[in-house]
Amino acid sequence: MSTLLDSAVRKICKAHDNDPTRLLDVARAVQEKYRCVSDEAIDVISQVLHLPRVTVESLVSFYAFLSTEKQGRVIIRLCDDVIDRMHGYDRVLDAFREELGIELGETTPDGNITLERTACIGMSDQAPAALINDVVVTRLNSDSAREIVRELREHMDPQRLVRTYGRGNNAHDLIRSMVRNNIQTEGLVLLTRTNRGEALRKALSLRPVEVIRAIKTARVRGRGGAGFPTGMKWEFTRAADGEQKVIICNADEGEPGTFKDRILLTEYPDRVFAGMTIAGYAIGAQEGILYLRAEYAYLKAFLEDRLEKRRKEGLLGENVLGHSRFHFDIRIQMGAGAYVCGEETALISSCEGTRGDPKNRPPFPAQHGYLGRPTSVNNVETLCCVTKIMEEGAAAFSQFGTNQSSGTKLLSISGDCRRPGVYELPFGTTLREVLNLCDAEDSIAVQVGGPSGQMVGPDAYDRQICFDDLATGGSIMTFGPQRDLLEVVHAFLEFFEDESCGYCTPCRVGTVLLKEAVERVRDDLCEPVDIDRFQEMGKMMKAMSRCGLGQTAPNPVLSTLENFPGLYANCKKEDSEGYRRSFDLEGSVTEASAIAGRPAHATGEKGGR
Amino acid sequence: MSQFTITIDGREVEAKAGQTILEAAEEAGIYIPRLCHKPGLEPFGGCRVCTVTANGRPCSACTQPAAPGMIVMNETEQVKDFRKTLVEMMFVEGNHFCMFCEKSGNCELQAMGYRMGIDVPRFPFLFPKRNVDASHPDILVDHNRCILCARCIRTSRDVDGKQVFDFVGRGANKRVAVRSGTRLADSDADVSDAAVEACPVGALLKKRVGYATPIGERLYDKAPIGSEIENGEES
Repeated sequence: MSTLLDSAVRKICKAHDNDPTRLLDVARAVQEKYRCVSDEAIDVISQVLHLPRVTVESLVSFYAFLSTEKQGRVIIRLCDDVIDRMHGYDRVLDAFREELGIELGETTPDGNITLERTACIGMSDQAPAALINDVVVTRLNSDSAREIVRELREHMDPQRLVRTYGRGNNAHDLIRSMVRNNIQTEGLVLLTRTNRGEALRKALSLRPVEVIRAIKTARVRGRGGAGFPTGMKWEFTRAADGEQKVIICNADEGEPGTFKDRILLTEYPDRVFAGMTIAGYAIGAQEGILYLRAEYAYLKAFLEDRLEKRRKEGLLGENVLGHSRFHFDIRIQMGAGAYVCGEETALISSCEGTRGDPKNRPPFPAQHGYLGRPTSVNNVETLCCVTKIMEEGAAAFSQFGTNQSSGTKLLSISGDCRRPGVYELPFGTTLREVLNLCDAEDSIAVQVGGPSGQMVGPDAYDRQICFDDLATGGSIMTFGPQRDLLEVVHAFLEFFEDESCGYCTPCRVGTVLLKEAVERVRDDLCEPVDIDRFQEMGKMMKAMSRCGLGQTAPNPVLSTLENFPGLYANCKKEDSEGYRRSFDLEGSVTEASAIAGRPAHATGEKGGR
Repeated sequence: MSQFTITIDGREVEAKAGQTILEAAEEAGIYIPRLCHKPGLEPFGGCRVCTVTANGRPCSACTQPAAPGMIVMNETEQVKDFRKTLVEMMFVEGNHFCMFCEKSGNCELQAMGYRMGIDVPRFPFLFPKRNVDASHPDILVDHNRCILCARCIRTSRDVDGKQVFDFVGRGANKRVAVRSGTRLADSDADVSDAAVEACPVGALLKKRVGYATPIGERLYDKAPIGSEIENGEES
């Protein structure tokens, strides 16, 4: 074993206090230094952190951004989701492949550049996009892809690819990104200027139970999509037994087509941190964790700097704002590429430095969360709502929205529309109004809530965006008349297949079977009876999967079967003699025919008998 | 509330605080089908075969604590259909060839298939390419038959105190891996480990004893899986 690697890995472990619960950070740091977490490195880590070797291997094999194989000095991760595919992903991929002379998943022979695909990176409003190491490049085309490769070959410095910066903090010295904010509406509540420190000062002048009461009065529900009442969640966490409590901010914005938290983290980080601090005060926590998805690593230095400023200003640390009994600090936990970590118990697993497997419930995080401590996990947007409520009062907040869904919602709109971007709209806004605003009136279908949500057609455009009608964590994808919706469904199912953690049977197997079923529909190899079976399986997955991923993974199929039955109209019926017309006899015996030395066509026509 | 009543399919059943639905049912002689659950091990909740509805909401009976007055539905047509679908999915996920598997007759998956009346899965087989690890002198690992129930992982960790196994990979690529290195021979696994016995299928087998009990005289050749629990009440 190389002693150099050995001592470097030991140093990395030591920098994380040789703490096994920081295994994910250790693995990320080793990956960054050595471009892989090699078998040798796994040996050292397992030794130093006193973990079985297979536990380390298990973690490394779970996250998409960790690898046991050595990767290039620069990794190009091309964002592969429906929206990117609609905007020329294939052409961009071809350009990268040709210019690099390698296929997806490969590294150039000189070891310099690796080409990969990755799930939605939160840039659907400026697709096609890619991550080049941590640097985001957007609005790619085949020319810019070729140019990127040529330049990288010269200097190997992804940051130098960025020539113009996006507006606002995208141009900040610690971000320096070409990412555009694309804020498309005048702010109502969230997208407005903030008065630094004001909300926290007001919160600390109240008793914690009064803070919770204000949140309940404003009727805030979780913005991640599930819509659980925030005040109630805090009440449970506050009431739970345990000296140490934790507030986690879920910034693992992974639902394809969602990018509204990107705006909040870029332009309103203090509102997010203030919300976390207020939550910490309300539930009696000393510790806050911001779980930042790996795709947003370009924001990390900026966010760390903001935290440091807040510490200096007394907004974090011992005796926050001079409060004698309130000590609170926040650390940033980086993710490493796993959609399932957006699920709150998986997110907690990930913060604990393990595979991002969801946990069994009960116990719920409010009782037994991060390292067994009572924990409240809240969405970025939810915590921003909290700050605004403290600042301006519950009434100012709940004047917007509907009875059951109070306040406003940030929508991330992408797809076939002229004005993609982030919109702040009151709950209760109809889908038609949304489509008018973003200039997508000719949409034949809209995906509300990302792949885990539902696809609806024009007959649903008068329905409202709110928790009790069309619920969404923020993703709205629009599809114009030129789109093949079955391809969209297929892409969503590929996504779920890639992202299933594999813990439970319904999700692990069902995601694969559903994807293959849609392929057979596409290839004319499906019969109505198959559709019935898969519909039954989808319902079973909804009922029997262990977490939200598996419970929502069949939605692309179930919602299109309901709203777009025409997509499945080409399924073939059995003929009158009971033969399955979809059975590809010739295809099935091709291999055997070849072995027997017979010409393939001797078996008769496709679908024959 | 150390002792209380729940109802399962309309029948009143005594339950103790801290008991799961599955445990309470079992004590009352009610069998809730399960594969990843094994008494004495920390509940896993992965196979989902034991899913019931409790007060109308689906949950895994092996992880859900019983609560006073809880109304559990175990044998509804819907739940039974769902379970059958689920077990069929397990058959198509791996490469299960019962007719020449040593475990035949003692295999819980096979027995579950019979109990549920599965003739042939209604879904296409996935035929995954999986490995066999015959490196260990006394134990055979055949990943083709693994249903990822984590019984070996939990038993090795909590009963044998060894932690020979863990999962690697995710989704359809998830598999059981060995503590150190890639081969079981390189680990401290021993044929006397409880982990070997814990496998419900033929993924972990002791070598050279496969047919010591002839087919026809094996556990589930005599009575369906679950009948030991159902008959427990009568005896």
